[in-house]
Amino acid sequence: SQDSKMASVVPLKEKKLLEVKLGELPSWILMRDFTPSGIAGAFQRGYYRYYNKYVNVKKGSIAGLSMVLAAYVFLNYCRSYKELKHERLRKYH
Amino acid sequence: MNENLFASFITPMMFGLPLVTLIVLFPSLLFPTSNRLVNNRLISLQQWMLQLVSKQMMSIHNTKGQTWALMLMSLILFIGSTNLLGLLPHSFTPTTQLSMNLGMAIPLWAGAVITGFRNKTKASLAHFLPQGTPTPLIPMLVIIETISLFIQPVALAVRLTANITAGHLLIHLIGGATLALMSINTTTTLITFIILILLTVLEFAVAMIQAYVFTLLVSLYLHDNT
Repeated sequence: SQDSKMASVVPLKEKKLLEVKLGELPSWILMRDFTPSGIAGAFQRGYYRYYNKYVNVKKGSIAGLSMVLAAYVFLNYCRSYKELKHERLRKYH
Repeated sequence: MNENLFASFITPMMFGLPLVTLIVLFPSLLFPTSNRLVNNRLISLQQWMLQLVSKQMMSIHNTKGQTWALMLMSLILFIGSTNLLGLLPHSFTPTTQLSMNLGMAIPLWAGAVITGFRNKTKASLAHFLPQGTPTPLIPMLVIIETISLFIQPVALAVRLTANITAGHLLIHLIGGATLALMSINTTTTLITFIILILLTVLEFAVAMIQAYVFTLLVSLYLHDNT
């Protein structure tokens, strides 16, 4: 009907990532807010999304903290990969 | 092997940008704040622990000394969490850098000593001479006490650096030895592996004990001077 036709035309800027069609993806990325306050806002949103889902609940488990520590270990591994590359058990490095 | 051994103590930089700043700021992410009366489990556990430590540590001080409670509690939390995070694989521990520990020790010690000199000048100067010394010994003893006073911040910093660095180095060495022994003799590997496990348990304890010792000593210097 008329109402569903009005509701489906949402401007590209306000769509969430999973609702963006593949062809529109480059223009969606370019339309994101890359100002410093925009980037800070993105980090803040991401932090609170994780915090409210895994930590700020009535019966939070160890998984909330462990996932953060696992990500920390992984990032440190990526950072020191260049030196760790030489410690592999290979005949020729 | 020599180069690899000390590679984990190099200050992390990425494309010339100081990554170390992010690493130093990371522990603060693990201590969320909340204004509620009843919090989630993480915050409740941290508040309980903080209350326990602050009661135990600040009870010896008078009113003036207890104004330092926030500083000392932040200090023990920071050193404890940084040391514990350093036990994760591949991570960088900021407290292994002497520069950082000196930056923590000198201002805190200087603050305590200068507070003492400003508010209780006579009593602070009296610290330089223990009670009941024979008269001929006085000049030498004053010199010795001065040296012992000025060595306090250096000792604080070097103690923390040396303990944490030594622990990390031992873990690296024994871990490397375990790997190398695997292809030679399995029994020795097992023994070395058990040593490694015991060492890791020790390092967990050392991480927390060093934080406690650092904060306790600063609190003691404060107690002398307030």
